Amino acid sequence: MNPFTERKYVIGAIYGIVGIIFLLRLFWMQVIDDSYKLSAENNSRRNVTQYPARGLILDRNGKLIVFNEAAYDLMVTPFQVQQFDTTELCNILEIPKSYLINTLDSARNYSRFKPSEVVKQMSAVTYARLQEKLYKFPGFYVQSRTLRKYNYKIASHVLGYVGEVDQKIIEKNPYYKPRDYIGTTGLERTYEEDLRGRKGVNILLVDVHNRVVGSYLNGKYDTTAVVGNDLTTSLDADLQQYAEYLMQKMHGSVVAIEPSTGEILVMASLPTYDPSLLVGRVRRKNIGTLLRDTIHKPMFDRAVMASYPPGSTFKLINGMIGLQEGTLKPEYTYGCARGYHYGNKVLGCHAHASPLNLYGGIQNSCNAYFCNVFRNILDNKDYPSLADAYNMWRYHVMSFGFGKKLGTDLPNELNGYIPDVAYYDRYHGKGRWKSLTVISLSIGQGELGITPLQMANMAATIANRGYYYTPHLVKGVKGKESIDPRFKEKHFTDIDTAYFTPIIEGMSMAVKAGTATVARMSDIEVCAKTGTAQNPHGEDHSIFIAFAPRNNPKIAISVYVENGGFGATWAGPVASLLIEKYLKDTVSRPYLEQHLLNFNRQYNP
Amino acid sequence: MIKKTNLLQELDWTVVFIYIVLLLMGWLNIYAAVYDERHKSIFDISQRYGMQMLWIGLSILLAFVIITTDVKLFSFFAYVLYAASIGLLALVLVIGKEINGAKAWLAVGSFSLQPAEFAKIGTALALSKFLSQFNVKITDLRTLIPVTIILIIPIGLIALQPDAGSILVFTAFTFALFREGLPGIVLFFGFTMIILLFVSLIFPQINILIVLLILAFLFFAIFTKRYRETFLGLAIFGVSFGLMWLFNYFFHKGLNLYKLLAFSFFLAGMVYLIIGFFRRIPMLSTIVLFMFGAIVFTNSVDYVFHELMEPHQQKRVNILLGLESDPLGYGYNVNQSQIAIGSGGLVGKGFLQGTQTKFNFVPEQSTDFIFCTIGEEWGFAGSLVVIGLFIFLMYRIIVISERQRSTFSRIYGYCVASIFFFHFTINIGMTIGLLPVIGIPLPFFSYGGSSLWAFTIMLFILLRLDASRLELLK
Repeated sequence: MNPFTERKYVIGAIYGIVGIIFLLRLFWMQVIDDSYKLSAENNSRRNVTQYPARGLILDRNGKLIVFNEAAYDLMVTPFQVQQFDTTELCNILEIPKSYLINTLDSARNYSRFKPSEVVKQMSAVTYARLQEKLYKFPGFYVQSRTLRKYNYKIASHVLGYVGEVDQKIIEKNPYYKPRDYIGTTGLERTYEEDLRGRKGVNILLVDVHNRVVGSYLNGKYDTTAVVGNDLTTSLDADLQQYAEYLMQKMHGSVVAIEPSTGEILVMASLPTYDPSLLVGRVRRKNIGTLLRDTIHKPMFDRAVMASYPPGSTFKLINGMIGLQEGTLKPEYTYGCARGYHYGNKVLGCHAHASPLNLYGGIQNSCNAYFCNVFRNILDNKDYPSLADAYNMWRYHVMSFGFGKKLGTDLPNELNGYIPDVAYYDRYHGKGRWKSLTVISLSIGQGELGITPLQMANMAATIANRGYYYTPHLVKGVKGKESIDPRFKEKHFTDIDTAYFTPIIEGMSMAVKAGTATVARMSDIEVCAKTGTAQNPHGEDHSIFIAFAPRNNPKIAISVYVENGGFGATWAGPVASLLIEKYLKDTVSRPYLEQHLLNFNRQYNP
Repeated sequence: MIKKTNLLQELDWTVVFIYIVLLLMGWLNIYAAVYDERHKSIFDISQRYGMQMLWIGLSILLAFVIITTDVKLFSFFAYVLYAASIGLLALVLVIGKEINGAKAWLAVGSFSLQPAEFAKIGTALALSKFLSQFNVKITDLRTLIPVTIILIIPIGLIALQPDAGSILVFTAFTFALFREGLPGIVLFFGFTMIILLFVSLIFPQINILIVLLILAFLFFAIFTKRYRETFLGLAIFGVSFGLMWLFNYFFHKGLNLYKLLAFSFFLAGMVYLIIGFFRRIPMLSTIVLFMFGAIVFTNSVDYVFHELMEPHQQKRVNILLGLESDPLGYGYNVNQSQIAIGSGGLVGKGFLQGTQTKFNFVPEQSTDFIFCTIGEEWGFAGSLVVIGLFIFLMYRIIVISERQRSTFSRIYGYCVASIFFFHFTINIGMTIGLLPVIGIPLPFFSYGGSSLWAFTIMLFILLRLDASRLELLK
């Protein structure tokens, strides 16, 4: 006989005790205690979500760029709807009857118990009119929320816009419920969690006549909405506005950075659009219109998503790599006979004095000089093979932040492109290409792809003599002690500080008496470099990078004007005026402004 | 000599009858929970009651298959089935579908399977098989270690999903072990551990320690009636606390009250152990060691929770325990569910008349919170019937288990009873606000194929074993 047979009684007793406890508890809840019976048939609960106002967006000087205004949505819960005067409701709302009937049908199809919206974003006037009569329409109620409003019509791409969440987001993130707003692009998206605040909910008891009879359990389960945190961006609103004004007729981009912090002062992508076009009821329609404009592509954020060849500005990089590798000394001179001749080909150059040393080479942007520089880098006998030398060169280039995402606080940043050995092996065959094959890299042509942001970052890096902070748009978030620490981290290039000096001297000379004289100002020492990037689709792109003042630089800037031609013609004046305005707060050369406003190009798809 | 029995005659029709009644009641309540006047056909498989109908049909089919299976196969293939269920648990971690943060579902076409439900059967079979070997004594380490391994593998795999409810259900097997001779103290400690686990997550450490200390002294005083020794023990504790306090004060260790008390108890405990050993005081060493264990245990729970867990995991635990009330989440659910049940009254609001459950849209209404529908629409009378049926079913299973001639069948029977008991207790306890919200299904009531099938298979294997019990010679 099993010695533990009597244990069945212990187990049985435990089961019995639990059963009895449950029954006692149930008897208490269901029969004796009346407090649970507060929900009579006539009462039901309604969850009214309290939408917090999104955080404001300010510029670096505390100027308000983005704020909110109230808007009212009319909601309906189908199962509560009773007979009502449809004509009257339509008149109040100024909507056709067929619209109301269709909306109610689709609401019923969505859910009988969950609210759907009937009219989005009523005006305050309509809301006031409706509010008095709402008791006549059981099942309907008004929910207030806020919409974005813009003080300046600037930086649309940077700010981004706010849209309604889609099903994918709701499934991924339980915070979001249908109809919630979420930052969809730009800073609104990056700083969504700071800006959005926290929703609250009021649980109300409503009777059959749709009248609120009180709050559920005295608001025990209510939560208050918490307003979003304000975001202070590093943008200078006035400067941004001026940049967009100057380039209003152009396609292109301006990025200006404060070198000592990596803060982005200006980030404009042209052509742009009015940010208020993408707010509220009109958003859906306007997005369509903007996206269909394939000639101007106004929604395309050229500052971080357009990848152009850098043109002659890239000579600065090649110069520094030559110095670093010891294949170039500032005093080396090379001749230029209207270009660089190799085999039976020639890489042309404009007329200038010859021969030149490094300073003169930069000052006059001599193509032949940098062809020599680049060949010496690649044909350096210290490296066992061309591929090794090329890898070294590419490594140096990438230390400036090219060919990879810089990691700024905007979504959708592009990598840009610096071709690797494998690329040329594939294209020409392994071992079947030489330094001359890729000679166009010496003057920033060829397969290089660099975004305007990376270009501005290069200007900032040179201004800093060898390091950069990841360019970023946040200056502070209310309620947070510090911005993301990765924005406070110095990234050093692998070029020694000493080698920046001759390059900067060359850039300064280019402004004083070279290709970049358009940027010359009597009281500010500007260092700059022009660029003209060949473009298979049309006229060359006009490029200009600059920083100023030479010592203790306050601003580094890159300007791209698509199909603008020479760098000095269009991009140069933009950079020059912006520097002047930023450093002196005045503009002394209205003729340059006028020149830019006369820009006239026929852009083709 | 082997007697051939008539299956239909020997089948325990009482259990079959309860099974059918529970299935029907379950389906009616799912129908009520998701009822919508626009979908009237009960076979509409776009609706949950339509799907459940399908699951029920397939379950009955499964029951038939099991009843007609050769009885020897269950014991013969016990380990194989165990291994297979472990395999599924491992598989779900690799290719599983994540729902509500737990990777617990295997997607098969448009259906989802929850391997943890089936792992209970495999584990029950393996455990029964192992313990039914000749000459097994459960208090031997040689037995306990393999038993622990059999249990820990599925628990570990489920912990990785993670699915707290299913893990808890696995502790049900201690009941079966208890029936087979596991000392009662283990059961007691096991339950104390679970209580301590929850308590130490909910209350501050210091409160728990003070309560434990008071309980320990009271317990000793009441059960040994040695009041003088109790007083002496208190004095020793007081002295060691004083010493600790002085030590802390003069060496500036900055110990807080909790640490002071804990360290003093360790100090005093050593003294108790020595005195207890020489003077042969009953229970003393057990209580002291229990206290040591409890302090270490609550501390490790605290450490794991605060130091090792990520914030989102902590949040989940908090919500599980009802500490964080997200008004649209669990806290709200429990509250709603209690109002629904409470508003049912004595006889309920009537079938399909439960305004509370329907209009307020409790998520999980047809799954984990199905008992709300019962409570609201059928009132206390309905609750009484459901609870009565479950208790009766569990008693019946115990009776069946006790009449088995083979140890294998008896142990398996107790495993089944205990699993039913745990699901029943945790699920209903949660909906009526007696236990924290831990999502596990109510057998035969909650919507879902996996759990319905698993319980059907589990129950009918027992019935199959029972039907052939007379074929074995005593």
